[in-house]
Amino acid sequence: MSSEKSVEYVSDIMTKFTSYIGKRLPTDVKKKQAELRKKETNPMAIEIYDTMAENQDAADKLDRPSCQDTGVIQYFLTVGAKFPLIGELEDILRTATLEATKKGPLRHNAVETFDEKNTGTNTGSKIPWLDWDIVPNDDTATIEVYMAGGGCTLPGHAKVLMPGEGYEGVADFVFDVITSRGVNACPPLLVGVGVSTSVETAARLSKKAILRPVDTKNPNANAALMEELLEEGLNEVGIGPQGLTGDNTVMGVNIESSARHPSTIGVAVSTGCWAHRRGTIKFNSDLSYEIISHEDVTL
Amino acid sequence: MKKILTTPITDEALAELNVGDIVYLTGHLVTCRDVAHRRLIELKQKLPVDVRGGAIFHAGPIVRQKDDGSFEMVSIGPTTSMRMEKFERQFIAETGVKMIIGKGGMGEETAAGCLENKAVHAVFPGGCAVVAATKVEAIEAAEWRDLGMPETLWVNRVKEFGPLIISIDTKGNNIFEDNKKKFRDRKGAILDRIHEKVKFIK
Repeated sequence: MSSEKSVEYVSDIMTKFTSYIGKRLPTDVKKKQAELRKKETNPMAIEIYDTMAENQDAADKLDRPSCQDTGVIQYFLTVGAKFPLIGELEDILRTATLEATKKGPLRHNAVETFDEKNTGTNTGSKIPWLDWDIVPNDDTATIEVYMAGGGCTLPGHAKVLMPGEGYEGVADFVFDVITSRGVNACPPLLVGVGVSTSVETAARLSKKAILRPVDTKNPNANAALMEELLEEGLNEVGIGPQGLTGDNTVMGVNIESSARHPSTIGVAVSTGCWAHRRGTIKFNSDLSYEIISHEDVTL
Repeated sequence: MKKILTTPITDEALAELNVGDIVYLTGHLVTCRDVAHRRLIELKQKLPVDVRGGAIFHAGPIVRQKDDGSFEMVSIGPTTSMRMEKFERQFIAETGVKMIIGKGGMGEETAAGCLENKAVHAVFPGGCAVVAATKVEAIEAAEWRDLGMPETLWVNRVKEFGPLIISIDTKGNNIFEDNKKKFRDRKGAILDRIHEKVKFIK
């Protein structure tokens, strides 16, 4: 393929994939919701779970975005330094966002700050948002598409604790955010926690945490224990679907961390709503691709 | 049996509703969210749609314009109602709206507005936007289109739109505020237990 043709080809795949994930939830999220519905005993919560399932079926059949808020489009890239289109990806993903907006269709969600005008295209200054991790000596590109809706973005919170507050302070912070702001963010939520050194590093990691599949565990034993304790504890609070009470609160809690300054504990929470629209696609250097997040996809 | 409210909604129909009840709406439902509230309350602009006795929906839909110029409702779920808390009490008083539909709870001010003007707030399950769109029979008008697709006031004719869970009733009861208290009360003991197990700094 010529370079021009390659760009066109990957743009087309990414347009279709971006549009696709607005309509169908990833396999792990669907499975988790079915599990939570099965366990639920509160009649109002059951009614809500059933409406959610009916909605996903209708979105699939009618080929429409399952939630009207298709979010600000964010792409999280893990790209090998030797991936042949590394320099073209920014343009490719901008094109994909523009085209998916028409094809989806996606709601127009890019408002230029200070000018306060909706661009009507889902593109604007630094939007779609791109987050890069470059991998040396690798020639593949893994791209995660995330539709950051308003509702699940609003609870987002970060702060820097003093070490005296310890991991106890981290737990308090997570509970405060979820029981006050998470209630309105379309639970059952996927809770992402970043434990790090400053606000921006913790915030980025908390977002990366909700890109990890539900039910995966942090490889560090203490972090994994904390994930489990927070998940059990938040479920015991019983926020339920839509915050109207129920037997559970969350789909899961994922923690991502980095080393920290000895004097600080940066902590942040990001939340994914039940309609957690993320998708993972991996391109090889010959541009063959594999969709990791969803089963049986035809683009 | 389904309990169905029809616009214009009467005080009598709402008086018997309590928080937690599930109802459906037939008639007109107008989308109205952040900037429309701000224009009415802060900028003193008249709302271009008369919603007296009617229902508003905190929602910013995806709408497709067809070749003949008419609009098709593609996807319309509720947005976070709490964003409108700052304006809603006054909004209810000025417009005479009877039903506010959205997602999540609203606060004390809205509850006071509902009590004063015999109105209700109800929740449509968030994220269920295709189910909601299939209950829209037609889009009859679109006002303040300069605000863009999410913020335009879309005037929808709906049939048995729901399920709608009453979260603030005309007596001023507020299910979300009650729940938040419950959640706060439960939290303490759970966190005490977690604290004992996360003393990683030694």
